[in-house]
Amino acid sequence: MREVFANTVTAAMDTDPRIAVVLAEISRDAFAPAARRHPDRVINVGIREQLMVSVGGGLALAGMRPVVHTYGPFLVERPFEQIKLDLGHQDVGALLVSIGGSYDDPVWGRTHQVPGDVALFDTLPGWTVHSPGHPAELPALLEPALAGDDLVYLRLSTRANARPYAEGPGFTTLRRGRRGVVLAVGTTADAVLAATEGQDVTVLYAATVRPFDGAGLRAAVEQLDRPDVVLVEPYLRGTSALPVADALRRQPHRLLSLGVSRDSEVRAYGTPEQHDVVHGLDAGGIAKAVREFLG
Amino acid sequence: MTTPRAFAELPALIARMTGDEKHSAAANSTMDVLWVLYDRVLDVSPDRLDDPDRDRFYLSKGHGPMAFYAVLAAKGFLDESVVDDWTAFDSPLGQHPDRVLVPGAEISSGSLGHGLPLAVGTVLGLRAQGRTGVRVVVLVGDAELDEGSNHEAVALAGRLGLDQLTVVAVNNFSGTHGWPGGIADRFTVEGWAGRTVDGRDHEDLYAAFTTPHPGRPLVVEALIGLEGSE
Repeated sequence: MREVFANTVTAAMDTDPRIAVVLAEISRDAFAPAARRHPDRVINVGIREQLMVSVGGGLALAGMRPVVHTYGPFLVERPFEQIKLDLGHQDVGALLVSIGGSYDDPVWGRTHQVPGDVALFDTLPGWTVHSPGHPAELPALLEPALAGDDLVYLRLSTRANARPYAEGPGFTTLRRGRRGVVLAVGTTADAVLAATEGQDVTVLYAATVRPFDGAGLRAAVEQLDRPDVVLVEPYLRGTSALPVADALRRQPHRLLSLGVSRDSEVRAYGTPEQHDVVHGLDAGGIAKAVREFLG
Repeated sequence: MTTPRAFAELPALIARMTGDEKHSAAANSTMDVLWVLYDRVLDVSPDRLDDPDRDRFYLSKGHGPMAFYAVLAAKGFLDESVVDDWTAFDSPLGQHPDRVLVPGAEISSGSLGHGLPLAVGTVLGLRAQGRTGVRVVVLVGDAELDEGSNHEAVALAGRLGLDQLTVVAVNNFSGTHGWPGGIADRFTVEGWAGRTVDGRDHEDLYAAFTTPHPGRPLVVEALIGLEGSE
C-alpha cells in the first residue's frame, strides 16, 4: 500500500500545487522522486514528530494541502495534542497517513504497534477515517482526500486481502444470509470470508469507517431473521461499537465486537499471523466466536 | 468600527478586561512588544484579513491575552465594545484566543509550545507558493520554551534558514529552571540571528525587528523586568 500511496500522491503533486508532503525520516525513499521534482513541497523534518504534525497545520494555515506521513504510533499517539490543536482546533485540515497497522511488524514490539489509533480519532470531531484492505482501494480514497481540505486519516498496512472489495464510500455487501451480519473492516475481510464460509450470514465490507455507514448497516439488518451483528476490526476491539449502537438505536439488537484485545499487552514477537491468533482475528478464531454468538 | 487609538490608551482598554485600574499596564509583559509590532512592523490591517500576502503574527503564549485584545481593538481589528464582556459565554474573547472567533487572531493558542512549530509550517507553505516577502512573527514566553516542541522547531528553522520567521521571546524570567546565559543563545547555536533588547524600549524593539538578517531566522529576546522598565 505504501508504494501506491507514494505514487498516487507524487502524481497528484504534479498537477496540484497545494499538496505538500511532511515526513519524519520514514518513507523518505518512497518520496525521493517527488522531492526531486518539488523540493519545496516534500519536507523531511527529521525525527521530530510533534513538529511534523504542527508543520502540517502551519502549511494548511498558509493555504496548502498537507499530507503528513510516518509510522503509526509516531503519527498518532506521540503528537496527539498537535493533532487535536494544530489541525482541528485551528479549523484547518490535513491528510494523515500511517503505516504499520496494529501489528504489521511484531518483531519490533509494543513501541511500533498502534491498535488504538482509530479510537483516538473518535475522540475528535470531523475526521474521516479510512482503513483499506487492498492497495487497489487506495486511489479512490486518496484522490478526494488530496483535492479536499478536510480532516482525513488513512491507515495503511503492509498486509492485504487477496483482492480489493470496496465498491464505493459505503459498506459493500460480499455475501448475503439470514442469521446475522458480519461487518469486516479493511484487512480482516479474507479471514472473515473464510470464517463464515457455509454460514447463513451477510458479510459487509468497509474500507471507510468514519463516517460510519449506519444506513448501510440498517439496510442489511432489516433482511435478517434476527438482528445480530458481528463487528470485526483490525484495531482495538469495539472501536466502532458506538456507531453500531447509534445506527441500530431504534431496534433491539445484539452486538459482538472482535478486534485487537484490550485486556493486556502481548509481550511476544513473531509474525502478524501469530498475533492474529492471540487476538482471535484469524479465520479459526473468528469462526468460533461467530458460531458461539449466533448459536 | 472603533477609532484607532494610541499606545497610551492601551492601559485603559486592558483595565476594562482586568478591572484593575492601577496595575494592569505595568503587569503586562507583552504590551510594548505587541504595540511595536502592530504599529510599525507587521504589514497587516483589518481590511486584509484574508490577503495571502499579509504578514502573520502568531501569539503562541496565549495565556494572559488582554494586551493582545487591546492592541487588536486599538488597531481596529476588533470592535472596542467587545472587551467589556470578555470571557462571557457568547463573547469572542476568552482567556485563550480562538482564531475562529477573534478577527485578526491568526492562531488559536493556550497550550504552550504550538505557535512556533505552526509558524515553521506556515513559512514553508509561503515559501512553496513563492511568497518570500511575507513575515511570520511568533511571540513566545521564556517559560513556554520549557516545552520540547519548541526545540524541534528551533533546530529545523535554523537548518533550513527560514529568514521569513521571527520569534520574539518575552523574557520576564518566569520559568522555574530558567535559561542560564539567556534565551537568544539557544537559537543562535542552531543558526538563528539573535538580538537581545529591553522589552519596554520601543525604538530598540523596532530596530531589532527591522534590521536585516539574510538567510537566517531571527530571535528577538525582549527582556522585561530590567531596572526602570516596570
